[in-house]
Amino acid sequence: MTVSDVVLKTEHLGISFGGLKAVEDVNLEVKKQQLYGLVGPNGAGKTTIFNMITGVYTPTTGKIFLEGEPLVGHTQEQINHMGVARTFQNIRLFNNMSVIRNVLVGLHYDERFKCSMIESMLRLPRHAHSEAAMRERAKEILRIFDLEDERNNLACNLPYGKQRKLEIARALATNPKLLLLDEPAAGMNPQETADLMTIVKRIRDEFGLTVLLIEHDMKFVSGLCDELTVLNFGTVLVQGDTDKCLNDPEVIKAYIGTTQEG
Amino acid sequence: MGKEKKRNAFRIKDYTSYFITIVIFAYGLIMQMTGHLKRSDSTLLVQIAYGIILAVSLNLVVGFLGELSLGHAGFMCIGAYLGGYIAVQLSGVIANKFIVLLLSMLIGGLLAAAAGLLVGLPALRLKGDYLAIVTLAFGEIIRTIFKNLNVFGAAMGMHTNTIKYDGGGKTSLYIVTFCVVLVMLFLCNNLIRSKHGRAIIAIRDNEIAAKAMGINVTFYKLFIFVFSAFFAGVAGVIYAHNITPVMYSAFSFNYSIEILVMVVLGGMASVNGSIVAATALTLINALLQKNLSGDLASFRYLVYALILIILVIFNNAPVFAPIQQKISPRAIIARARAKKSKPGDIPDEPTDWRKVPTKIKMDELLSTDLQQDKTFEPDKPEKSGKGGE
Ligand SMILES: Nc1ncnc2c1ncn2[C@@H]1O[C@H](COP(=O)(O)OP(=O)(O)OP(=O)(O)O)[C@@H](O)[C@H]1O
Ligand SMILES: [Mg+2]
Repeated sequence: MTVSDVVLKTEHLGISFGGLKAVEDVNLEVKKQQLYGLVGPNGAGKTTIFNMITGVYTPTTGKIFLEGEPLVGHTQEQINHMGVARTFQNIRLFNNMSVIRNVLVGLHYDERFKCSMIESMLRLPRHAHSEAAMRERAKEILRIFDLEDERNNLACNLPYGKQRKLEIARALATNPKLLLLDEPAAGMNPQETADLMTIVKRIRDEFGLTVLLIEHDMKFVSGLCDELTVLNFGTVLVQGDTDKCLNDPEVIKAYIGTTQEG
Repeated sequence: MGKEKKRNAFRIKDYTSYFITIVIFAYGLIMQMTGHLKRSDSTLLVQIAYGIILAVSLNLVVGFLGELSLGHAGFMCIGAYLGGYIAVQLSGVIANKFIVLLLSMLIGGLLAAAAGLLVGLPALRLKGDYLAIVTLAFGEIIRTIFKNLNVFGAAMGMHTNTIKYDGGGKTSLYIVTFCVVLVMLFLCNNLIRSKHGRAIIAIRDNEIAAKAMGINVTFYKLFIFVFSAFFAGVAGVIYAHNITPVMYSAFSFNYSIEILVMVVLGGMASVNGSIVAATALTLINALLQKNLSGDLASFRYLVYALILIILVIFNNAPVFAPIQQKISPRAIIARARAKKSKPGDIPDEPTDWRKVPTKIKMDELLSTDLQQDKTFEPDKPEKSGKGGE
């Protein structure tokens, strides 16, 4: 395995809030086109790791690399442009916009649909071209998620499961190398969860994506991920092959010890 | 493909704002041409025009961007004083009044925009309602500065007699001003209905998500703020051509609030609403001024305030919702469209941007998913971590 195969790498990643260590010494290595899982009981620090990768929080210790480029120190916007897109644990759609517009916002910085502010304001020809092309692209993306027919509804009027899918669609529109999914199946029924698994695999293959995902649904995790990192109280419990991790006595203890579900 | 064509086709909705403006303009012009207006009334016509400029430009910041600005009159003040001053100087060199007007509008607008940049750069990068506080202070400071500068006539105000449009000339000022309004509407409408406008509305809707989607939040906030300041400056220059002397007292906090009232009354993020509200409020104000003079002058603000309260209640109280449903143009169009469309059709996109979300939502307060409160800032990186390795 060469270095360039590693898309995301964290070294001794840690963060503390007011002296309290939320995440400590986490080393991840996610390879190209891998579906990598981040699991652990509530409050283990999974979302916090996402927030550090995407630049919301600056890590107190350690480093993060995307294809060898350091991420720490860049703004959230820059990190997105470098190729990291995410979804949120509590859905954060543009609620008062239609479904297709949500995706169009994701396409904003796509090189193919460039159109400067001046061109837009003066309605120069490029505006109409880029707008029409963007819409086509947005529809293509929505089609993958089976949301094309909903495209003109307000995002907030979608049922929960579709909102989660729309969030992934919007993230995908930013053309990422690495996609971070924070509990994508939460609140979905078994049928929707199964569909989502197919979709995640499909976009991984079609877009050459690398996916790092947080999920409590162990069926979802074992069905998708080939490698896991299990966290507990901010530290790594076990790391490696999915089956091995899930059968690890430490992991079972951590889950039964702290939560009922799982 | 057929559907795409339909999207690009002529839609009346996209042109309502120009239509309303032209109707208002034409009505005023006809009244004046036919001699129904007194001399003082033609000053009023120009007032309506720059009222529209002020309201629409403030709506960009408050309605579309979702940031509260309380210093719009301050930017207008800069335009009025500096643009007016430049116009006075230019009028000595350039004989053509029209060119003087255009040049001074451009320069006055740019100077106001520069002030917007200075104010917005620090204020818009902070989270929270700092912009409101900073713009409030800015408006008062600017006014005080001009009050104390002798070049601008200090407390006596700046006289702009040499550039003032009088008598028949007023009509040409009126026409020019309305052309400026139309140009501004063209630029604003196009901006709002482009990918850039979408980014701006996305920021208003959910700033955290907009950042995660790579939208350059600071740039867009700053741009809209500066763009809006530019037009406030232009309105100020027009003011200086309309009224003399330019008095610092005209650009008080009260006036900023008056513009804000136009925006709120016309509806957040509604360009058409701002146009109508600016026209109506300017007219009401002028009528009250005319009819309640002398002993009754003290009632003016009372009646004005009462009218505002009634309008706001009518706009918002649920009791009036059925009546509103009957007379609101939006509702009428929606009903007409519902009748026309077949059941199988995918309805056209909703474009109601009036629902401005409040900045703080409950789930944001309750979850650890993402908290941006200052007290939750992570600890500073250790020094050793930053060094070599
Ligand atoms: N901004 C913050 N300020 C203070 N503490 C925080 C902050 N963000 C996270 N934490 C703490 O860090 C710990 C990890 O939180 P995190 O949200 O990452 O958990 P999680 O693994 O995503 O849990 P869940 O499964 O419930 O989503 C929690 O104890 C939380 O209280
Ligand atoms: Mg979480």
